[in-house]
Amino acid sequence: MTAAVFFGCTFIAFGPAVSLFLFTIAREPLRVIFLIAGAFFWLVSLLMASLVWFISVQISNKESVSQQKGLLIFGVVLSVLLQETFPASASSHHTDSILLSGLGFGFMSGAFSVVNILADSVGPGTVGIHGDSQHYFLSSAFMTMAIILLHMFWGIIFFDGCEKQRWLAVAAVVASHLLVSCLTFQNPQYVSSLVPTYVVMFFMGVWAFYTAGGSLRNLKLCLTCKDKDFLLANHRPR
Amino acid sequence: MVVVVATIKSVMLYEIYTPFPEETDTVAQRAVNSILNATIMITVIIVMTLVLVLLYKYRCYKVIQGWLFLSSLLLLFFFSFIYLQEVFKTYNVAMDYFTLAIVVWNFGVVGMICIHWKGPLRLQQAYLIMISALMALVFIKYLPEWTAWLILAVISVYDLLAVLCPKGPLRILVETAQERNEPIFPALIYSSTMVWLVNMADTDRPKRNSAESPAPSSPSQDDGGFTSSWVSQQEHRLGQLQSTEETRREIQQMPSSRPPVEEDDEERGVKLGLGDFIFYSMLVGKASATASGDWNTTLACFVAILIGLCLTLLLLAIFRKALPALPISIFFGLVFYFATDNLVRPFMDELALHQFYV
Repeated sequence: MTAAVFFGCTFIAFGPAVSLFLFTIAREPLRVIFLIAGAFFWLVSLLMASLVWFISVQISNKESVSQQKGLLIFGVVLSVLLQETFPASASSHHTDSILLSGLGFGFMSGAFSVVNILADSVGPGTVGIHGDSQHYFLSSAFMTMAIILLHMFWGIIFFDGCEKQRWLAVAAVVASHLLVSCLTFQNPQYVSSLVPTYVVMFFMGVWAFYTAGGSLRNLKLCLTCKDKDFLLANHRPR
Repeated sequence: MVVVVATIKSVMLYEIYTPFPEETDTVAQRAVNSILNATIMITVIIVMTLVLVLLYKYRCYKVIQGWLFLSSLLLLFFFSFIYLQEVFKTYNVAMDYFTLAIVVWNFGVVGMICIHWKGPLRLQQAYLIMISALMALVFIKYLPEWTAWLILAVISVYDLLAVLCPKGPLRILVETAQERNEPIFPALIYSSTMVWLVNMADTDRPKRNSAESPAPSSPSQDDGGFTSSWVSQQEHRLGQLQSTEETRREIQQMPSSRPPVEEDDEERGVKLGLGDFIFYSMLVGKASATASGDWNTTLACFVAILIGLCLTLLLLAIFRKALPALPISIFFGLVFYFATDNLVRPFMDELALHQFYV
């Protein structure tokens, strides 16, 4: 493990998110504030889930490994559900703020999942020396990137669903979040966890794009820089 | 805060000394010692604040200015020198004294110019941030753990009282300045925008930065940097007082030869005292130093403090008067630090072990 692994994994994990940040958020302080608010709410939901998990661990049988694992899974599920209730309580429905709080959620979630791992990757050591997978760092990085983007997409679809009372969309978001988290239980069989996660991410991305008012025509205009409204430099909500 | 965290993570702290040691045999003894330490520190801060208020009331401006000049001098030269030494030690970089002297000299002189005279806004802000970070590092270095947390808590309470109570020293300071219709120490404040005031430009710009009067290198540990904190204390009040509403009013009242500025920045420009920066940085730095080497706790404190700051700014927009910037942020920061360290960390560690994602 070296600096190469560290930088590589960092860029993989945070690349898309940070570039989104730089292009659309960094210029305006208000947006940064929304981002931080999103991160804060994620943190609070995580805190509550940890509290519940902690209490349940204290009163459970510490010797039994399977029970501990079961409790962990319970903790994960609870945390996912709590995360979904928080955006529901946020009041603003302005498109910008939804995108930003989703990204904030994603950033915080990704950061919490991967920062300690990245910090460890700078130091010396051999990955998987005891027979564990050698791709630990790389898979963590890819997973983190997927999760961050997913949070953003989920945020958009969730809010849109709430606003338009399309409960199917809301349920789909919660269900896919649970699905992705449960898929990670398959680690370290990375194929069975990463590939479906990416499929879900792609699907969610397309759905979010259409929900936010995009279309193939807009996409084409944007990519060929013909539509001034969509130029990233002067990004304005439509 | 990022600078402080980065330094703390990389440079090892050496000996810590305070009147009452914290390596004691019993928990109770340690608690008592830390309470005593904290009391000493806070007393020093209160005394210094009172001294400042008295000096201001009796118009001893020269004394105050000299004091500030001396502090920024010490901070920019001496403390940065110590800091660089520690960094070189940690990374095992060989550096000769001549190069170091040139670097520190240039850094210091440019800093003094930016702070006490004129300079580009970004550079001024950068220097302010650097000296706040240096101060926070000094505090973290010299304070044992429990004392530091206690001080943070107590100082937020003090802040609240000093600014909002009718007899609070800082409120008196603010009101005196208002009566005299002059800007309260535009120095010592971090300002997010250029001040556009035409007539105030001369008095304002030269003094714009701050420094706290660092405590001399010396052995008086209680002073270790605390004299600066009182100074910083009043800043954020000053800061808040010099809110943009006021400055805008001033501009409008002046016969202006140029069209009224309708900059968005003017609407959103904020002034924050350097003391607030220092204590925020201290909280995050302490969090990263003592939280079992865990980045999650640091991140959590970071976000908590930022949210606290946003809330404070929101309150400022609602109430439009000087507000203490420390209580909300420090409260959130402390709550999140202890909660994350004790509750979230074990949970996240378990998750990371199995590579579960939440």
